[in-house]
Amino acid sequence: MTEPTEHIAIVVNGEPREVPAGLTVSALLAHLGVAGLAAVERNRELVPRARQSAVVIEGGDALEIVHLVGGG
Amino acid sequence: MVDSLSDDALTIGGRAFGSRLFVGTGKYKDVEETRLALRASGASVVTVAVRRVDLTQTGKGSMFGMLREEGFTLLPNTAGCYTADDAVRCARLGREAAETDLVKLEVIGDPKTLFPDTEALVAAARVLVKEGFFVLPYTNDDPIVARKLVEVGCPAVMPLGAPIGSGLGIRNPHNLRILMETVSVPVIVDAGVGTASDAAVAMELGADGVLMNTAIALARNPVQMATAMRLGVEAGRLAFLAGRMAPRLYANASSPLTGTIAPSAAPLSIE
Repeated sequence: MTEPTEHIAIVVNGEPREVPAGLTVSALLAHLGVAGLAAVERNRELVPRARQSAVVIEGGDALEIVHLVGGG
Repeated sequence: MVDSLSDDALTIGGRAFGSRLFVGTGKYKDVEETRLALRASGASVVTVAVRRVDLTQTGKGSMFGMLREEGFTLLPNTAGCYTADDAVRCARLGREAAETDLVKLEVIGDPKTLFPDTEALVAAARVLVKEGFFVLPYTNDDPIVARKLVEVGCPAVMPLGAPIGSGLGIRNPHNLRILMETVSVPVIVDAGVGTASDAAVAMELGADGVLMNTAIALARNPVQMATAMRLGVEAGRLAFLAGRMAPRLYANASSPLTGTIAPSAAPLSIE
C-alpha cells in the first residue's frame, strides 16, 4: 500500500500552487516542465544554479522562476 | 591616423567591444526578424530582459537560443524595476540566467516618461559593483549623476537622448557634451534615437557608443534600418574623429574670388 503523497502550498510566479513535499529546486523545475535555463529566486533570495539540486522547497515558500526574453 | 574604423574598438573598463552600436531585442515580430536585424546592425552586445517563465507555455522557440547561436554578448537589463532593491534582485537573476557579469542597470522613476530614479540608481549601482557586476547604468543627461555613478564604480554611463521608445532624437546635445567632459569613462547614449541621423549626431558629439531598440524594431523595415543605424554610428564616429569645421553664420565661397570674368557692361537679354 502506497502512502498518499504529502503536498505543500507554495507560490510560484505570484500564483498559489500545491506541489509534492520534499522537492528540491531542480526537482520543482522538472515538475513544472521548465527547461534548464531558468534562474530562480526563493523568498527573494537568489538560488544559484549550483545549489538548485540541494535547496529543498518548504511550505509557504514564494518562488520566482525567470528567464531571458527580448527587451531593450 | 584612423581613416577606417577597423582599429577603433570601443573599450570599457579594459574590455574590448566589437561594435559601438548596442541593440535591444524587444518589440520584433518574431525571433527570425530579430536575428536578421541584429546581424545587419553589426552589434556585438545585445540587451535582454528578465521575466517570469510562463508556466502554461514552456519549451517554445526561444530568443535566448538564437542569441547564443549567433554569438552575441548578452547584456541583461533590469527594465521594469522601480526600486533599488528590485533592480538588485533582477540583476542577480539576470546574471544567473545569462551567465554574465554585465548588467544594464535601470531603476525607473515613472511609468509615463520612464525617466530614471537617479537616487535609487546610484544606490543600486553601489551594491552591484560591490558584488562584482560590470554595471552599465541607464541614466538621465545630468553630469552630476553621471559623476556619482562613476564614483561608485560604474565603468561607463548610459545617458538618455530622449525618453525610451520616443524616437525624439538627441534632445539636449549641450548637456550630453558637458556630461562627456565631466566623466572620464565611456559614454553610451541610450534611448531616444529615432533614425540614423540621430545616431550620427550622438556619435558626432563624442559619444563612445549608442544603444537603441525601438528605432530598429518599429521601423517599417527593421533589417534595412539596422543597416542604416550601423552606418549612422560609423559616419558619426568618423566625423567626430575627423573634427568638424567651425560653423559660421555667413557664406564663405568655395571657388576662388579672383580670376572671375569681366562683368557685363549692360544687362544681357536672357529672357
